[in-house]
Amino acid sequence: MATGVLGRIALRRAYLLARDAQKTPHIWKHLRTISVSAKLYAQRYFTEKHEWVDEENGNGKVGITDYAQDKLGEVVYVQLPEIGTEVELDGEAGILESVKAASEVYTPVSGEVIEGNNAVVDNPKLINESPFDEGWLFKVKLSRPEELEALMNESAYKKYCETLE
Amino acid sequence: MFSKVLRLKNSLISNQRHIRKFCKSQTHLDLKRTCLYDFHVHNEGKMVPFAGWEMPVQYKAGITTEHLHVRSDAGLFDVSHMLQTKITGEDGTKFIESMTVADVDGLKENQGTLSVFTNDSGGILDDLIINKTTDGYLYVVSNAGCAEKDLKNMLTQAELFRYAGGDVEVEIICNGLLALQGPSAGKVMQDAVDFDMNTLPFMTNRQCSVYGISDCRVTRCGYTGEDGVEISVPSDKSVELAIRLMNSKEGKVKLIGLGARDSLRLEAGLCLYGNDIDETTSPVEAALMWTIGKRRRQDGDFPGAEIILEQIKQKPKRKRVGVISEGPPARGGTKIYNESGTVQIGELTSGCPSPSLKKNVSMGYVETAFSKVGTSVQLEVRKKMVQATVSKMPFLKCNYFTG
Repeated sequence: MATGVLGRIALRRAYLLARDAQKTPHIWKHLRTISVSAKLYAQRYFTEKHEWVDEENGNGKVGITDYAQDKLGEVVYVQLPEIGTEVELDGEAGILESVKAASEVYTPVSGEVIEGNNAVVDNPKLINESPFDEGWLFKVKLSRPEELEALMNESAYKKYCETLE
Repeated sequence: MFSKVLRLKNSLISNQRHIRKFCKSQTHLDLKRTCLYDFHVHNEGKMVPFAGWEMPVQYKAGITTEHLHVRSDAGLFDVSHMLQTKITGEDGTKFIESMTVADVDGLKENQGTLSVFTNDSGGILDDLIINKTTDGYLYVVSNAGCAEKDLKNMLTQAELFRYAGGDVEVEIICNGLLALQGPSAGKVMQDAVDFDMNTLPFMTNRQCSVYGISDCRVTRCGYTGEDGVEISVPSDKSVELAIRLMNSKEGKVKLIGLGARDSLRLEAGLCLYGNDIDETTSPVEAALMWTIGKRRRQDGDFPGAEIILEQIKQKPKRKRVGVISEGPPARGGTKIYNESGTVQIGELTSGCPSPSLKKNVSMGYVETAFSKVGTSVQLEVRKKMVQATVSKMPFLKCNYFTG
């Protein structure tokens, strides 16, 4: 329990540092040396559609990236896949709506949905405020864990986002 | 901080009449930029293509925050992309009446009205505001998305008018256009002008100086349902005016993007041309019958009059209504069904989650039998039926200053 919370805090901190670093690249080197989350990051995968997935004991926790939430704007309505649904790689697995538009969430992994994050249904803003942590969307029991291998790691995803600007 | 921007703009706009040409962007999309483009970028506006222009869809605060700020204080919109025209000549009134449904002759000095250009089949070519001025011309504002079409129509019609011996000229006004909207707008403006703002009620206009910037035209109108003004300002002074307004001590004036402009106008029940009205909808179906002047109905001398007057008599087959729902937001294109969900009775033309009401507001066309306020209907959102109710528009109380 304690490690879980600490891990999450570390993750959040690393994310914040990384995000700040993007804005001020000249201090990025310093921040990198104090970032302790290299091991945690190794488990996070990214898709070209801007979803992320964390692998933990055969389950995948899915959310959207900071880039995605920024492009989407403030989320005001969330529809998650129902628990027990079998989702297929790249299949539609939820909807996020801002005042301006609706966008689909595609699952980066196949399997059975085992949990949804009710906190974001009640408070969709969490997706904007904490996309990598409190704003996660759903968990999938991975039926084909090898799918993760086709996804990007954090640095590859970062490079990918740079090509989009 | 902004002097650089101002200098740059001054050099670009040495000849104001050609501003539109000079302001074209360098991108391959060939989007036009308003005189406030650099100002938006400087203020971290998220620029997107809109009706051939590069416009801010939102700023850092985001659509919801911007929306609520306009409802509680004051917001500043760049609407310089809209088409501003000046109609001069003795027959100016006759000319504009020949293309629209408005009773322009019946307007008081310095008064304006919402109107529509109609085609021969009674459809709406564009909506526009026609203002009578005391300066010997009509000041007309119409949509950016229809600018080319409107201009072509007006210029052709003017040519015909002159051929028949009429006296009319149509000129583009290459000014910037800033909209200041919100409950603080009146106070902010009072500090900026040297006349009593109470003498400028809703839908009236006045040529004046604003913060000492001469040759501005202030019209008390807007597209949000709030009190406010639109200020036509010489383009080389637009940035200066925007900065002065944002520094006002009479209200917290914040920049607002097109995103919030859309949700604000929807809450106010106002149409967006191309979504809620177009060449296939008549002013009667669009619930814009009130724009057709009494005299104009009697004379029946506007394009499409025969069809439109017949619709008034017989009642139209469909009508534009407001719809409120909860749950998943319903957007334009959503099908509307009867209460039992068995028969389709219409379609939404625009809709969004309302930041003020925390419900989904939308508008669309339904068969006239279902257009009564309070009628229960169903909306098909992503293959699921959602309960909804035909509702009165505006969805919230408008705060126009009527004097």
